[in-house]
Amino acid sequence: MKRLLAATAMALLPLTALSDTAIRATGDLGLVIERASGSLVLVDRSDRAALARIEGLGDLSHASMTYSPDERFAYVFARDGGLSKVDLLAGEVVARTVQAGNSIGGAISDDGRLVAVSNYTPGGVRVFDADTLELVADVPMAGKTIGLADLPGRRFAWAVWDTGEVFIGDFSGAEPAITSLGVAGANPFDAVVTEDASTYLVGLFGEKGVVAIDLWADPPVTTKFLKDYGKVEDDMPVYKMPHLQGWAFSEGQFVLPAVGRHELLWVDRATLQETGRTPVHGQPVFIIAQPASPYVWVNYATPLNGVVQVVDSRTHDVVKTLEPGRAMLHMEFAPRGAEVWMSSRDDNKVLIYDTRTFEKLAEIDATAPSGIFFTARAHQPGL
Amino acid sequence: MRKAALCLCLLLGAAPVRAEMPAPRAAELEHMVIQDCGSCHGLTMKGGLGSPLTRDVLDGAPPEALASIILDGVPGTAMPPWRPLLTEAEALWIAQYLLTMEPAR
Ligand code: HEC
Repeated sequence: MKRLLAATAMALLPLTALSDTAIRATGDLGLVIERASGSLVLVDRSDRAALARIEGLGDLSHASMTYSPDERFAYVFARDGGLSKVDLLAGEVVARTVQAGNSIGGAISDDGRLVAVSNYTPGGVRVFDADTLELVADVPMAGKTIGLADLPGRRFAWAVWDTGEVFIGDFSGAEPAITSLGVAGANPFDAVVTEDASTYLVGLFGEKGVVAIDLWADPPVTTKFLKDYGKVEDDMPVYKMPHLQGWAFSEGQFVLPAVGRHELLWVDRATLQETGRTPVHGQPVFIIAQPASPYVWVNYATPLNGVVQVVDSRTHDVVKTLEPGRAMLHMEFAPRGAEVWMSSRDDNKVLIYDTRTFEKLAEIDATAPSGIFFTARAHQPGL
Repeated sequence: MRKAALCLCLLLGAAPVRAEMPAPRAAELEHMVIQDCGSCHGLTMKGGLGSPLTRDVLDGAPPEALASIILDGVPGTAMPPWRPLLTEAEALWIAQYLLTMEPAR
């Protein structure tokens, strides 16, 4: 495919030929964000290979993406407000809009028809038609919006960093219906919805605690927990905000990053009582459950970001400490858990490890890689 | 990288009382500003959770004041103190780097 070849200025990468005529599936494809160059690397999970580089996506620091239900298109949310629709089969950007000055993430509606973006400036949520990227709804907010997640019934939840307020927006009707769920607490930094969509969990930066909002209750019920996992004065500096997408829900527990502490906090899902703590290598950034296993994998904030640890959710013990490379920014599992792909920003590589043997299976060149996103995310609520 | 070296030279040329930094450490600091400060301030310093740190925005701010924010953070906000990781001279170098950085296109 000529276009794809042209887009692929990757001299060192093996280029799997995708021909115009070949029938091709997308179920084992993925995209890796190259944060400094505003580009993506299209990867093939089965071949452990890069297929193409896709350019022109804007400032991809803190970028994320979500997939269309048919796993053909990715919606990429860039820091500079750019929303791009990428066709994985063609290996190119097929639609793009710069929809705000500064944005932080996005989500796709349960039916795949709407893409919502959470913006910092101007603060608010904007909702777009997933086909055309035309603006469908604009919901201004009193500050930076974070933790945008999809809920069933063409709804989205989000929180506002500056005011602490949590909202649910229902976009199923002719006019959006926005409901406030009240103030969760000081400076929510991220939020996530459980895979059964029962609970919206909001992490707080400005005070100790995590808020669980029971979405199955009508009206939703808010409970604050982990209210005193240490004094703020004793906290260590947080050099990178923890992320909650990929928060692990293992063994009937939530596993949460302690903010300002080098610890994981384990909480019983039913009672919201703390069940244990795990001292770890640094300030946790991502805590991600390895599918089909009792393990969670953790990476850390700078300057301790050269280490990835594996923790057993039954014992809360660290069972493996890996030093895969410099500046390990993200981990993505093969959907059934056999391997993990990890980005080493400063080694300019994506490293692929076997999750049973911890042996490195392969590596892929990428320039300052950060997030890795496999198309299997298309079918997971909350992603 | 070359651009940064150039900036530094201009800086040194323009005003003699500037933080001097061996080239390898200067390169590390530049990497740190773009990548690690960039995770909150944006890779192009146009802002994110952290306020914008572009030359225009910072215009006129005394480098010493910026250096002290960098070293001690802004209590009660997400801006962390970098003193555990940076010397005073390095913080001053970063302040000057921000004040002279070419705006991103
Ligand atoms: C975890 C997020 C975070 C990181 C990482 C971070 N900052 Fe900040 N920074 C902030 C926030 C938030 C503010 C705004 C504080 C306020 O409200 O006054 C800020 C403010 C500042 C200011 C003051 C700007 C002004 O106009 O007064 C400077 C200078 C600054 N940061 C430099 C840096 C440098 C240099 C680095 C990297 C060494 C860095 N920051 C890393 C969050 C961060």
